[in-house]
Amino acid sequence: MSNTITQVTLKNGLKVMLKEIHTAPIISSWVWYRVGSKDEIAGKTGISHWVEHMQFKGTKKFPNGILDKAISREGGSWNAFTYLDWTTYFETMPAAKIDLALRLEADRMKNSLFKEEEVASERTVIISEREGQENEPLFHLGEAMQQTAFRVHPYHHEVIGDMADLQTMTRDDLYRHYRTYYVPNNAVMALAGDFETKAMLKRIKELFEKIPAGKPIQRLKRPEPEQKGEVKLEVEGPGETTYLQVSYRFPHASHPDFFALSVLDSLLAGASNINMFGGGISHKTSRLYRALVDREFAVSASGGAAVTIDPFVYSFNLTVHPKRKPAETLAALDEQIQLIQTKLVSREEITRAIKQARAIFAYGSENITNQAFWLGFAEMFATYEWFTTYLNKLARITPQDVQRVARQYFQPKYRVVGTYLPKGGKP
Amino acid sequence: MAKQTGKPLQSSLPGPEDIFQATLSNGITLLARSNFNSPSVSMSGYLRAGSIFESDEKLGLADFVSSALMRGTQTRTFDSIYNELESVGASLGFDSSVHTASFGGRALAEDLPLLLQLLSESLTTPTFPKKEIEKLRAQLLTGLNIRAQDTADMAALNFDKLLYGNHPYSRPSDGYLETIQSITQADLQKFHRRHFGPRGMVIAIVGAIAPTKALEVAERFLGSWQVPGQVVAPELPPLKPLRKTLMRHQRIAGKSQSDLIVGVFGPRRKDPEFFATSLANSILGQFGMMGRIGESVRERSGLAYYAYSSLSAGAHSGSWEVFAGVNPKNVKRAQDLIIKELKRLIKDGVTRAELADSQANYVGRLPLSFESNGGVAGSLINIHRYNLGLDFYQRYAGIVNRVTRAEVMEAARKYLNPEALAISTAGP
Repeated sequence: MSNTITQVTLKNGLKVMLKEIHTAPIISSWVWYRVGSKDEIAGKTGISHWVEHMQFKGTKKFPNGILDKAISREGGSWNAFTYLDWTTYFETMPAAKIDLALRLEADRMKNSLFKEEEVASERTVIISEREGQENEPLFHLGEAMQQTAFRVHPYHHEVIGDMADLQTMTRDDLYRHYRTYYVPNNAVMALAGDFETKAMLKRIKELFEKIPAGKPIQRLKRPEPEQKGEVKLEVEGPGETTYLQVSYRFPHASHPDFFALSVLDSLLAGASNINMFGGGISHKTSRLYRALVDREFAVSASGGAAVTIDPFVYSFNLTVHPKRKPAETLAALDEQIQLIQTKLVSREEITRAIKQARAIFAYGSENITNQAFWLGFAEMFATYEWFTTYLNKLARITPQDVQRVARQYFQPKYRVVGTYLPKGGKP
Repeated sequence: MAKQTGKPLQSSLPGPEDIFQATLSNGITLLARSNFNSPSVSMSGYLRAGSIFESDEKLGLADFVSSALMRGTQTRTFDSIYNELESVGASLGFDSSVHTASFGGRALAEDLPLLLQLLSESLTTPTFPKKEIEKLRAQLLTGLNIRAQDTADMAALNFDKLLYGNHPYSRPSDGYLETIQSITQADLQKFHRRHFGPRGMVIAIVGAIAPTKALEVAERFLGSWQVPGQVVAPELPPLKPLRKTLMRHQRIAGKSQSDLIVGVFGPRRKDPEFFATSLANSILGQFGMMGRIGESVRERSGLAYYAYSSLSAGAHSGSWEVFAGVNPKNVKRAQDLIIKELKRLIKDGVTRAELADSQANYVGRLPLSFESNGGVAGSLINIHRYNLGLDFYQRYAGIVNRVTRAEVMEAARKYLNPEALAISTAGP
């Protein structure tokens, strides 16, 4: 795929990224804000996600109920996501209809109403969303893991937020959060698809450049102190199935070690799917599958790192085989980690990981929405170059690099081991 | 603003001029369409080996067979099959439903021959090695234990029982703990021998490959497969409409949310009222933020994060269902709101604006469904399965826009009877 793009920063600080793709009459438009759950303090957890919901509740120009109908009427698809580091909104539209999406995003960058009654009805919707997540054993385990891994850094809570805060946050809290972070100088706009760059840029300027820049944003600065030893935790709940999660401290995505760790991840757990739209591949010949699933220590085994601005964790997720104790499964995992730390991997294994990544890139490039996604997403934690040079960076990784990062990052003293213990059908 | 520059766009809607159709020498139908914008290919298809052939005692057998096809063949072990695939970043998988076993895969175009070779080996010479079967069985049983704890899965399982009664469609295709435990290697082998064959098989290949080349590769790996004794699917008893509302609650302790399904029979894909019903469903629970149901249950009442309706129309039957996930104390309230919307739909029908909105949505979003090779392959399969004609997507706008308000109302009245609903809930 071609990676020729246009990047322009408007006078108000809004960064615009454009990539022409003329393979289908479609345009995908994304607006990214640098705000997520890492910008939240105790008492206000979940506020970024709730603000995202409120962005669908209307402006004066596009009142509640009008927005979604307008997009649907034109055959568009749209959605929004809130994550640890960012919040993003996208519309993929028939090319001739994209102006609607642009007008809508320009309007709600500044003019969302946050009506008191809409806040009230959305409160129970979000509480219901959290209750749905609480139905899942792995949500409880994951939440406990995050709280344990991050005592100081705001990565310690789930994006959805704590129930106590969902019950008490006010309209003014939400509106303040919106006005602080939803400013052009804190946003990136990325479009890919069937447009002409010059005309598109002109239109974006017309709509967005008049939005005033906001004050520079003061970020929370609460780095997580170094972990002083392995931590173990248990969560109990209904069901018959035992789950094991093992999380290691991991560097942020623009750290130079990230690429050697990506190769390590491919060898251990299978090639990660880096596409939001486009799908990945199976992992039945990863080292972990062969050692854990094939030898019946686990029913399933996966692993992966989140791509984040600040250091987060790499997590292995194991469904413990019914005939095993969690400690046996953990020992089998440890054996594989020790193996990769002590015995150099082969050049062939690395070559294989690169071919897998190349295929996954190709699947992602079928899809215009996915290409637009990458333009802005990469910008959140690095630059678009991170994406375009990804395969080349993987190709430079040596067996020695893999061994070094395996030794440095996969140490028991830098991990949290969590077990979900089922209590039969009983609550 | 959108402007076509450079070379003219390939029409994004598949049609007779770019859908290639051929028959392999053993009768398998091949559909293909090229797309050289990305170096990848996507492949999917089905054969007539669904759960319809399995007995009550061996429920889950068809699904077990599909899951086991790649666990070993006459030429390769489980590990070597996946090693071939994963080493080149390709994927291949099987699934099963009531009437069909389906398959899908993708690869870089250069690896299509490998993908088809592995498809062929898995379909034609699986050996179901005992050791692998036991490993797979343990995984399936764990899956069933997880299902028993999943409010959405259990509500859906019981919904099918309520709606379909004693009909074979009421059976869960992944079976039960005791049926999965009872399935032997001989059962798997026998099912495969009798039901997997080229008759009725369809395969679609879409991506960076010329259709004639796709045909050549498909013929090389699949064209000589013969299964003279391939069993024809049994005639099914007719579906019996519900006479009154049936309700069932599955208690799952320790959960904080309940899942609710309210539904009825829907049209089959080939029924003339399919599009009128589909548009009625869009207005009821899809359009914008989950249609009227979303407006009532989520937007006005704040009861649920998800509340929507869905129409699923197959070759032989269809269902029309409303789904919501709500706090256990709000189940009755959500249910009442949903039934109120069903009643309103059959009493007052839909407005001109509502119908126009949904029609515009159907027509406008069509190009988006062809964004990826997988999306196109799925569309080609649909065209063939329901005999829609190669020009179906080019006629689509006309078909959708011809539907009238009266037809939508008539379709809603035909299927939605508020006095005869299947209502299934699962939660604490």
